[in-house]
Amino acid sequence: MSSVQLFAPGHTACAGCGMPIAIKLILEGSGKDTIVVSPTGCLEVTTTRYPQSAWGVPWIHSLFENAAAVASGVERTLKVLKRDANVIVIGGDGATVDIGIGALSGMFERGHNVTYICYDNEAYMNTGVQRSSSTPYGASTTTSPAGKLSFGEDRPKKDLPAIAAAHGVPYVATASIGYPKDVINKVKKAKEIVGPKYIHVLAPCPTGWRFDGEKTIKMAKLAVETGLFPVYEMEDGVITKVKKIKDRKPVDEYLKLQGRYKHLFKDDFKDQVKKIQEIADKNAEKFGLDR
Amino acid sequence: MIKSNILKENPKMKILEGSMAVAQTVKTCKPNIVSAYPITPQTHIVEDIAQMVADGEMQADYIKVDSEFSALSALIGACATGARTYSSTTSQGLALMFEVLFNASGMRMPIVMTVVNRALSAPLNIWNDQHDSIAVRDAGWIQLYAEDNQEACDLLPIAYKVAEDKEILLPTMCCMDGFVLTHTFEPVVIPEESLVDEFLPSFRPDYVLDPENPVTIGAYGGPEIYTEFRYQQHNAMINAEEKIERAMNEFGEMFGREYNLVDGYRLDDADIVLISMGSLLGTMKDAVDDMREDGVKVGILKITSYRPFPKEKIYEKIRGIETGIVFEKDVSIGMGAGLLNDLKSSLYGKKQTPSLYGFALGLGGRDVTIDNIKDAVNKLKTSKLDDFGFINLREEVL
Amino acid sequence: MSQSKKDETIKLIPGGITGPKTTIVNKTGSWRTFIPIFNKEKCNKCGICGIFCPEDCITEDEEGHRHPDYDFCKGCGICAEECPKDAIEMILDSKEG
Repeated sequence: MSSVQLFAPGHTACAGCGMPIAIKLILEGSGKDTIVVSPTGCLEVTTTRYPQSAWGVPWIHSLFENAAAVASGVERTLKVLKRDANVIVIGGDGATVDIGIGALSGMFERGHNVTYICYDNEAYMNTGVQRSSSTPYGASTTTSPAGKLSFGEDRPKKDLPAIAAAHGVPYVATASIGYPKDVINKVKKAKEIVGPKYIHVLAPCPTGWRFDGEKTIKMAKLAVETGLFPVYEMEDGVITKVKKIKDRKPVDEYLKLQGRYKHLFKDDFKDQVKKIQEIADKNAEKFGLDR
Repeated sequence: MIKSNILKENPKMKILEGSMAVAQTVKTCKPNIVSAYPITPQTHIVEDIAQMVADGEMQADYIKVDSEFSALSALIGACATGARTYSSTTSQGLALMFEVLFNASGMRMPIVMTVVNRALSAPLNIWNDQHDSIAVRDAGWIQLYAEDNQEACDLLPIAYKVAEDKEILLPTMCCMDGFVLTHTFEPVVIPEESLVDEFLPSFRPDYVLDPENPVTIGAYGGPEIYTEFRYQQHNAMINAEEKIERAMNEFGEMFGREYNLVDGYRLDDADIVLISMGSLLGTMKDAVDDMREDGVKVGILKITSYRPFPKEKIYEKIRGIETGIVFEKDVSIGMGAGLLNDLKSSLYGKKQTPSLYGFALGLGGRDVTIDNIKDAVNKLKTSKLDDFGFINLREEVL
Repeated sequence: MSQSKKDETIKLIPGGITGPKTTIVNKTGSWRTFIPIFNKEKCNKCGICGIFCPEDCITEDEEGHRHPDYDFCKGCGICAEECPKDAIEMILDSKEG
């Protein structure tokens, strides 16, 4: 617990949930002079059931798909009323890469001084683990289930950091809660840059990924150590920093620990593990992950 | 010629396009944030505001958003941070806002928005009717309907005053008919800025997003509290009736132009009352004047405030009249139309109420003539009709 | 979790304005199946347990040792899993006191 606690216990996130860990780290980076905007999702329902709120900073929720637009209004009002605060959005992957992408694109394009942070748990967890466009290849979810004819999700993750960079967003970063200082530092760095910022933070979900809650940080590290979730920074569209990996681990070390990939280790779908390894290898090549 | 005389009598009067008049009135209300997405026939309003901002004549920040959905969403963020806010939209834009409309009201954000009334697709149609705003009557927004451009202007400061009242805190739509009003040049007096300053206190909400007092806005409510949220909204809407009346009276005293929740026209000895909202009332008044000359005892009930629905005031005005005919530019597909249905339910169980008939007309921009109104009245006098129907239909294409 | 009686009397401010850090009335410790037991002898005071605690309910005493607040600890076991010194043990919670 840091000296000024900006996020209180008593929230109702599942035991071992990665999301509150992400929140804690984000707030440590952003500090108390922060206004948080959040879309609908696990974060909202587990931290703000009326009449209680876990938040020690001002916080607003309006709808699922409009957090970036709400934040735009907050930021412009601070400017007009000559007040100062660090405006950040913290939203899940569904709210960010799917339903809210229109409003987010608008926020990026208009150049609002807002840090948009996506905590990515790779599916619609709040509604019961349905597939989002951030669900990784091969994962079984309730709407991309593995079955006789299906090896689960058949599309790779949508690359939102690249989409953000294509908007000319001056600072884009990815991070994983497995590396807390990195998360904190990236949020701090974003705060110092004027204009829109985008940080994509991997936050494993024990319930949806089907692993035991104590393994959350292990998963957050393994995703990075296998090359499946590259951690990097982009400034003005150029990759400026990459978290290098020493002895990159084979993907099955990560996949085997999760129920959502269990089907891939049956005979029928064994080729898919190879395909996932190819994804990791491509990431390694693209970002120069291997040390 | 008549107009130039009017202008001589009142040097403050200008001949302006309705949209320009509304934009200039918005300026006098001094919103901090304007957020809007262009859509016909709302465009002139937001273009005129953008120009005033560009010229430094208006101090607002105009957020040029990516959709109507974002337009209203941005205003929720702005309002929650302490800004007075304004938007304008119409038809498809209002429909796209649907989810945000309910949300803004539930969060008690006193946003003011000019709704330019236009038909809804399909078929695509850019012309005027009122199906758009009537369809969102349950969203928890105050809805005021303007008969002419002067009223479209004057309702704005009244709307802000009521919306921002701490006992109300409800968003408000000022509705004006697309093209018929927005694109028509009429003589208007723009409310004087100094008087608006006096009439409209600055917006100082009790709770805003501020790190010094870090409240949570927009918590989710379970079954143990959801009903109470709705109950408070419902009561605020009912209480808004008195607040609107008071604001209108105060406005009348300061600006010399009188408004009411409902108004009667030649109603005193009427056997037939024609009821409507918006610009149709002008045509109806001409029709009533003609019919009165022919000895038909007919009058008009004008409804300015549709939400709150001033049911007792309506009853007082039409009590004892034999027949009521509602003319409206909307349909509740398969079940009458908005105003007709609301009038019926508000009069249910009361004594000496008129038999009510409703006619849908003027949909998708079809012209409504004085004769259309007169024909409808004659039809009712001469034949037995269903309680709701369409008039001025092109039977030959059906 | 049942709502405490104290909460029910909070007056509804229009729009549902909610006070900061008010979730502390929810004693989520009642969720727990396993309870973390911290061993002072083995602890090297690194604080990793606190950094990763999803409830942020691990405090530091004057000597630098860590103590979980069992009122809130859901027993997820991340602290035990991540402790580099194996100074935290998860045992079945007796649910007494």
